[in-house]
Parts: sequence; structure tokens; C-alpha cells
Amino acid sequence: MIYNIPFIAVVAMIFIGLYTVLFKRNVVKIVIGISIIESGVNLFLITLGYREGGVVPIFTGAPADVAANAPGSMVLPVPQALTLTSIVIGVAVLALMLSLIMHIYKKYGTLDVRKIRRLKE
Amino acid sequence: MNWFELITTHSPALIVATPLLAAFLTPLVSRINDTVRNIFVLIMLSITGLLVGILGYDVLTNGIRTYVFGGGSTVVTLPSGLVFHVRIIFEIDAMSIFMVFITIILAIICIVYSLSFMKKEDGLDKYYTVILLLIVSILGMELTGDLFNFFVFLEISCITSCALIAFWVHKGEALEAAFKYIVISSIAALFFLFALGLLYTQYNALNMAAIANAMQANSIQFGLLDRVAFVLIIVSLAMKAGLAPMHMWLTDAYGEAPASVTYIIIGATMASLYGVFRVCFTLYGGIFQTVVISSFSIGWIIVILALVTILIGVIMALIQTDFRRLIAFVAVAEIGYIFLTIGVGLTTLSDPNMIAVGQTAMQGGIFHIINDCLDIGLLFLAAGAVYYATKETSLNEMSGLARKMKYTTIFFLIGLLAVSGIPPMNGFASKLLIYESTYQLNPIISIIAILASIMLLAVFVKVFYSAFLGPKISKFENVKEVPKSMLIGMGVIAGIIIIFGLFPNIVIQYLVEPAANALMSNTQYISAIFGGV
Amino acid sequence: MFSLESLLETLKTGSGFWNPIVWVVAITIIFLLVYVLRGLGKKEYKKETGQTQAFLSGNPEYEKELMHVKSSNMYWGFTETMKSIYTVLKKMHNGNASDYVLWFLIIMAVVFVIVGLV
Repeated sequence: MIYNIPFIAVVAMIFIGLYTVLFKRNVVKIVIGISIIESGVNLFLITLGYREGGVVPIFTGAPADVAANAPGSMVLPVPQALTLTSIVIGVAVLALMLSLIMHIYKKYGTLDVRKIRRLKE
Repeated sequence: MNWFELITTHSPALIVATPLLAAFLTPLVSRINDTVRNIFVLIMLSITGLLVGILGYDVLTNGIRTYVFGGGSTVVTLPSGLVFHVRIIFEIDAMSIFMVFITIILAIICIVYSLSFMKKEDGLDKYYTVILLLIVSILGMELTGDLFNFFVFLEISCITSCALIAFWVHKGEALEAAFKYIVISSIAALFFLFALGLLYTQYNALNMAAIANAMQANSIQFGLLDRVAFVLIIVSLAMKAGLAPMHMWLTDAYGEAPASVTYIIIGATMASLYGVFRVCFTLYGGIFQTVVISSFSIGWIIVILALVTILIGVIMALIQTDFRRLIAFVAVAEIGYIFLTIGVGLTTLSDPNMIAVGQTAMQGGIFHIINDCLDIGLLFLAAGAVYYATKETSLNEMSGLARKMKYTTIFFLIGLLAVSGIPPMNGFASKLLIYESTYQLNPIISIIAILASIMLLAVFVKVFYSAFLGPKISKFENVKEVPKSMLIGMGVIAGIIIIFGLFPNIVIQYLVEPAANALMSNTQYISAIFGGV
Repeated sequence: MFSLESLLETLKTGSGFWNPIVWVVAITIIFLLVYVLRGLGKKEYKKETGQTQAFLSGNPEYEKELMHVKSSNMYWGFTETMKSIYTVLKKMHNGNASDYVLWFLIIMAVVFVIVGLV
């Protein structure tokens, strides 16, 4: 049961992020919601790779008996690579969204997402 | 091997690497002169086009080609006999090379058009850099055979196209459209990554051929994790492609971006559509061909959503007053036609006596991808030319432009006839295939599709009458014809439309039919990696 | 590269066929016929008198700039009859960024139910 807690945390973070994007009116809060969803997905990717009793997946620095019974005693390395890429992409997207919000505030004068809708119908 | 075989072997990597190198060298080259930078960008894109031609000739005559990054063979065999594929692999079959052809045509025409459309703006070195990065990401999305590589290129295309949509920073609407675009795109990409994690934990592979092989290896079952991953991937990629009712970002983004930028974002939308094709038919193809009831229901829900897309696109296009936003709604309707054929293809995939109907529908859909890109692209370029000449975007203020802008009127007329499906343009050939094949699934689908085509003609009669025909107004006294490079770009596209319309059989026989056959069965795709396992 | 025969082939769908070259030839013959028939009409009419003016049911004819129909008024009959559909569609397209994500979640829930149950 205790090994299921990270997965429950992932689902909770995604739902909290989706609630923030759907129901909050401030544009900055919507961006924070997207950032929470991204953290949840990254946590999911890292939790996938956990193997019980595993060590850090660095091959040359491993203790001697790990190399003997090789695959079962290391945590999976591939999801960690995927997570690093995803964190970097998330930083770039966050920077772009925040700079767009700065320009929008200068043009529209408000941060309410229900008023930033000159393009309707 | 001689140099020709050497280039052909390395061409998948060179096709992605050449525009990437050009993108990073463009800020340096633009310090010399503006004309030198324009010529440099055009030369690099022409080299890429040449490589695409070489690779296309090789794939269409010899079969699937793979390219392993890092050298070596596609799989790594341990001494105990286990086979792993550990490298990133580009796998190019007939459907990929078809989409790459479309992308490189769109890219070259976009750069030729923007040579004079964007001449008076400043910040142009950043513009060319970001457009080259967008072209790299679209080409990468279509060449790759690896799901995480697809995700990385998807995110690159989302970031760069958001920066391009907000190019005119002094207008508030362009910023709003770019903000909505990036919110939607990042949520779609995050759900795609979630589904990718689910597939990795189930099958311990990220390569598309390896996952497809593992899915149909022991016993065909469509388990809970497979279903969840399938729904997440399909709905996310369909939102990036513009299926209703998730299409509203598309009309905002296409309507507010500069016209040459819209032209290349059509390519990004088509790459997401290619992703839907790839996941439905190659990744899950083995399951759908044996489990009958699941592909029937999935096919029908996609058909219903596609019909809603067509109807919403056409009905909303009738009341628009902004020129480019109207064409964007028509683009949404045309994407609905392609999704219709995906749905029909899925429904008939597991039924042996309806397979011919499914194949005709897939051929019609794939032919319609290239027709849609060319037709809607020509309409956007003509709308951009009108904006360049008159600085007006609202249809209520325009009238009588055909007296001064003769060539633009003719090109707009050709694009109008092609979109509505009037013979002898290419729109008629692909729409005829779609009507005839969907009629045999259920007649109501075909009736709604034909009705939507007629209403498209009504929409464009309104646009043509109010913008080009009519009396001349005094404030349009100084309107001149647009510069030559824009006319050359539009003329090449119009020429391709007429040639594809007069000889559709050649296009179908050499380009479309290999693509449709490559999608219907995924055994060749898998055996190119695993070598007959 | 392409033989002359393959250029002139017809496109066969499952249940029909389409040959664009034959269509173009047929259309040019019909256009020529129509042009010849039009040339057989009466040529004697008096220009610049009342015979060449438009008839607007007795209403006076204004200058051309005022008679041009604006594009948002053009399909008034169609939009009036379909007012119920248009009010629903206009309320759907309200431009709110959170509503775009709401539609995404609704469609995902619907497809989940259908794929999960069957």
C-alpha cells in the first residue's frame, strides 16, 4: 500500500492542476495550474522506474554484487532521461507564457481571463 | 559505395540537420546584408528539397528505410538471445515520405512568399531563425519512428509557432491568440507524455515498431492500460489537429498570424494529423485487425465527431466578417473530411468484405491531405496579399479590388473552386473518393459531406463578391498589385493545383496508394526493425 | 517518365469513375456551342436609351457605391431562419481560454466511456 502513495499523489496533482486551469479567473493562476500538471506528469515518470531495493543507475560506480545480478537491482534509467527532457521543455514553455502575459497586461489592462476575449464567435 | 548511395543512406539525418544548421547560422549571416540572408535561407531549403527528392525516390522504389542514430544495426542482441532496440531510429515508409513532400513544398513557398510580404518589418533575422526551427520540428515529427522523439519535436513546434503567431506584438488580438495556443498545446503535450509513460511501463520500449510487436506477440488483448493510453494519445493529437469541439484555438491562431506564418502552421497541424494516422493504424493496427468490436465503436465515434466538425466549420464560416478568420473556419471543415476517412477506415479494418471500402476511403483521405494544404494555403496567401495591398481585414469595408489586383483575383478564384470541389480541380477528385466510399458505410454521411461542400461554395461566393467584385471605392485609389515574389509563390501553388486536378491518377498511383497500403497492415513496419522476427 | 497512356487514364473509385481530360474536352465543346448560339441573337437595339437600363421594380437607382451589399448582410434570410442554431453556436464560441480546456476534457470523458465499455 505504501508503494502506491506516489501514484495517488500524481493523480491528485493532475486533478488539482486541471481544477486551477478550468475554474480560476486570473491568468497567472492558469499558468501555475499548467505548471502543477507538468510536475505531476514528471513525478509519474520517475515513479515508474522504481524497483524495490534498487540503487542509483550508474553502472561504473555500482557495488560488485549488483553487476552479478544485473537488471533487478538498479532503478530504471530511461524514465529519468525522459523526465530531464520534460523539465527543460517545461521551463521554456513557462518562460514564453509569462512573457506573453506581460504583453497582454499592457494591451488589455486586466488579468481576468473572461475579459481577454476580443476574439469570440 | 559511391557518393549517391552515401547521400541516400544518410539523408534522413541530413534532412533534419540542414535546416537546423541554417537556423543557427542565420543570425550571423544577417549581419552582412539582408539580401545575403534571404539567398542563404533559400539555398539551404533547396538543398533540403533535393535531399527529400533523393530519399523519396529511394523509398518509393526500394521499400522502407531505417536510420539508426549512433550507427550499428537496429537491434542489439545479447548473448543469451534477447533482442533489444536501444537506439533512436528514424523509420521512413511511404506515408512518412508523402507528408515530408507536402512539408517541404509548404516550406519553400512560405519563404518565397515572405521575402516580400515581411520586407517592411524589423526583427526579421529572428523571424527567419524561428521559421527554420519550425520547419525542422515538422520534418522531425514526420520522419521519426520513436514515440518520445515525436513528443520532443511536438513541443519544439508548439513553442516556435507560438512565438511566430505573436509576431505583430502591437496588436492585442495576436497576443491573445498566441496565449490560447500555448495553453492548449502544452496541456495536449502533457497528456501525450502521460500516455507515453503508461506505454513504457507496460512494454519496456519507446520505439513504435517495438511496442506494436510486443502488443501482438503473445495473445491479443486490449487491456485497461492499452485503452487508457490509446484514448489519451488520440484525443490529445486530435485536439492539436483541430477536431471539433476543440477547434476554437485554430480559428484564433490562423486568423491573427501573418499570412506566411499561417501557411507553415498548416504544416504543423498536418503533422499532428499524421500522428493520429500512425498511432491508429500502425501502433494499434494489429489489435484492431483481430478484436472486432472495439475498432467498430472507435471508428463510429470518430465519424460522428468528424461530421460535427464539418457542420460547425461550415455553419460558423457563413457569419464571419473577418477575412482570414472565415478561411480558418473553412480549414476546420476540411480537417473534418480527413477525420471522416480515418473513422471509416477504422470501422472497416476488421471486416474482410468491407476492406475495399476502407482502402478507397483511406486513399481519398490521404489525397485530401495534400489537396487541403494546397487549396487552403492558396486562399490564405491571397488573403495575405489583399491585406498587404489595402491594410484592411474586415470584409465589410472592401469592394471592387479586381480592377487593380488582377492576378490575385485569378488565384483566389482557382483556390475557391478547388476548395468547394468543382471539377476539374484536385478537390473534386479527392472528394469524389470520399463521397463514394463513405456512401457504402452509411448514406447519411455522404449526404452531409456533399451538403457541406455546397455550403462552402455559398460562403466563398459571398467572399468573392464583397471583396473583389463591385464598384470601386475612393479609398482604394492607390492600391497596386502585390510584389513579384508573392505572385510567384501563389502561381506555383495554383499550377500544382491544376496539374493535380487534370492528372489525379498519376498522383494516386505513385504517391497515395503506397501510403494507404503501408497503413493498412503494419507487418512491414515491424519487420524493418526486427528483421523478420 | 510517365507514358502518354498513364496520363490519360481514368480514376476508378469502387463504384464510379472520373476522367478529367474527357470532362475538359466536353466543357469546351459545350462552351463553343453556347457562344455560337449567343451570337445568333438580335443585334439591333438602341444604346443609351431606356432599353439598356436596369429595372428595379420602379425604385430609383442610386449610385453604385451605395448599392453594393455589405458582406454581413448578404445571407440575411438564411441566418434569420437558423437563429436557434446560431445562438447555440455563438454561445459555444465565447473565447474564454478555460472553456477550450473544458471541451477537451468533455470529449476525453465521452471517448473513455465508449472505449472502456465496449
